Amino acid sequence: MTNSAKLNRRAFLGNATAALGLATMGGVLRPGAANAAAPLTVGFIYVGPKDDFGYNQSHAEGAAAVKAMEGVTVLEEENVPESQDVQNTMLSMINFDGAGLLFPTSFGYFNPHILELAPKHPDVRFEHCGGLWSEGNPTNAGSYFGYIGMGQYLNGIAAGHATKSKKIGFVAAKPIPQVLNNINSFLLGARAVDPTITCQVIFTGEWSLAVKEAEATNALADQGCDVITCHVDGPKVVCETAVARGAYVCGYHADQTPLAGDMYLTGAEWNWASVYTDMVAKTIAGEPIPNFVRGGLADGFIKMSPLGPAVSDAARNQFEAVKAEIMAGGFAAIKGPLKDNKGNVIAAEGEAFVETDVALESMSYLVEGVMGSTS
Amino acid sequence: MNSAEHINVSGRVAPARILSGLMPRSEAVLIPLGALAVGFAVFSLFLLVLGKSPVEFFALVWKAGFSSAFSWQNTLSRVAPLVLASLCVALPARLGLVVIGGEGAIVLGGLAAAVTGTLVAPLPAVIGMILMAAMGMAAGGVWIGAVGALRIKRGVNETIASLLMAYIAIALLNHFVEGIFRDPASLNKPSTAPLAEGLRVGDMPFVTAHWGVLAGIIACILCWVLIERTTLGFAARIAGDNIRAAQVQGLPVGRLVIGFTALGGAFAGLAGYFEVAAVHGSANASLIAGYGYTGILIAFLARHNPLAILPVAVLLGGFEASSGLIQRRMDLPDATILVFEGMVFVIILLSEALYGRMRIFTPAFWEGR
Repeated sequence: MTNSAKLNRRAFLGNATAALGLATMGGVLRPGAANAAAPLTVGFIYVGPKDDFGYNQSHAEGAAAVKAMEGVTVLEEENVPESQDVQNTMLSMINFDGAGLLFPTSFGYFNPHILELAPKHPDVRFEHCGGLWSEGNPTNAGSYFGYIGMGQYLNGIAAGHATKSKKIGFVAAKPIPQVLNNINSFLLGARAVDPTITCQVIFTGEWSLAVKEAEATNALADQGCDVITCHVDGPKVVCETAVARGAYVCGYHADQTPLAGDMYLTGAEWNWASVYTDMVAKTIAGEPIPNFVRGGLADGFIKMSPLGPAVSDAARNQFEAVKAEIMAGGFAAIKGPLKDNKGNVIAAEGEAFVETDVALESMSYLVEGVMGSTS
Repeated sequence: MNSAEHINVSGRVAPARILSGLMPRSEAVLIPLGALAVGFAVFSLFLLVLGKSPVEFFALVWKAGFSSAFSWQNTLSRVAPLVLASLCVALPARLGLVVIGGEGAIVLGGLAAAVTGTLVAPLPAVIGMILMAAMGMAAGGVWIGAVGALRIKRGVNETIASLLMAYIAIALLNHFVEGIFRDPASLNKPSTAPLAEGLRVGDMPFVTAHWGVLAGIIACILCWVLIERTTLGFAARIAGDNIRAAQVQGLPVGRLVIGFTALGGAFAGLAGYFEVAAVHGSANASLIAGYGYTGILIAFLARHNPLAILPVAVLLGGFEASSGLIQRRMDLPDATILVFEGMVFVIILLSEALYGRMRIFTPAFWEGR
């Protein structure tokens, strides 16, 4: 009968806890009481885990920088789906914690979720990552994004010097304009080193699907790709698999040096710390934040990981030279004469698309030299 | 026992007589509640091991899920898809089938509704909405009905089949949303064309939760009537208890299985319709939000009783509503609520073994025999 005795004891404990809970309910934790001293409460919402070595970690690093600022309370919530859940999370941060500035960081949070809540909460500022805000949207909402294609172009230069097989690989989530721009930039960077280099791309179809990412990386290694990069939410699996297969890695989203070690060449990273501290400082000072903000390497929106030990001096020199050119402005990765991988002309001789060109926002092609298909 | 003794006994211990009548009926309520309490206690120990306060945890669950108008709004807004998704588990379960792929019916129901929505734009809004809901239900019904048919016609295990078909459904959603049904304007987040404003479903009066909540309540009541008060439901329960006996009696087991699975799938498809029409405004990958899997948990906690699904869904909705506050205030990971739900789930399943084994639920115990 020890079993039933145990059961009773546990049931008692449960009841006791519930009773205690009931007793404390209502009395504790008045909304906003804890934040009375802080002039600004800032909420960050992530679609995945904030230590994913990728997209979400890049934003969490930005949040950490804001946390270090004077007079700011930072709230964070991870793994929030792009459903009713994110509306509830935003409302919870507003109602329970008195958040005045929100950074819902996933692309799918904007429409319909931010568009739904922003008009009902005119005192709260909604800053969304992704460049979706357009004229006519609520004025207390805004978009910010970075031109990270240039980072992939620089990745390509490092890859172009490191590859021996002249084949590099790209693990991609979905064939959408942003991802295609990264793939094309990566190959064009490598071709700036050696025009015979080709890039094999494999789409996994999902932003986060570890098994397929590992399969894709292995398939790339099997085909002889000896430098691999990616555009998925968390590059952890791609990095570790590539290194296990003896391939060099170019990072994406965040710094993956801890994962890839000596096999890490460099990486295209978001620099949200600079963007977020700037926006929070402006909000505290009462200055307006423009509704549509975009920037590249020169504006501190993106940055490159430190070059790894496998990067040769020749690679370093070209990398730094091109980086300086990009920082100076007006640099174009997509420039004529250029064809896509089906033979259609993308850019005629003398035509160039700089990173800010809106034509790049609807990119639907893979350039010549990329092996793969968008559909 | 002679009549004089009988009167004597009944006069002396009237409360015992009431209890002897009441306790057997309350077994189905008291055992789950007891199991819930045990689950709370075990989770409290888990928190204590982590050095966190269980009192704070439960206070936060209360605060975020149930303490104020906003909390209720937060909780109820999660309830609609959960209730409808759990019917997709509960209905087949009454026939002894464990269907866990409701997620597939939700995403396909949502896709069918969204595509219908783009086609019915010229029609009056009411007709358009009815067609959208009908197509959503049809898609879900066909999908899960096929699971039932595979079971009956080919002997394919329905649990595995429904789970695998959920993956196929998700792949189909992605294929169509990124292919022929893609709105060319949806550049970086492939979606179907946005619904016309007249086809959107709004909030109910007085509560900030959409009409899907009411649809879920009505669906639960209908299912309860179907199962408990019709010959069809009676036949289904017999088939669920003993399929051989049902077949020997000449009950149409095959049609019952296909019908109940299809009906469950139709409700999941309806959940997809409401996600599209009330929340997202178009079909895209955001439909894959895991409601189908939480529905499994709710159906099992409710022991597949459609009326019990409602309070359980509200309870789970409240738990999930508190996840954010627990992350923020207690510095616990978001998986905390999942661990909590998992512990409660396992203990509720273990408590199944207690039915019919505890003497306090027998009249004999209270009558002193």
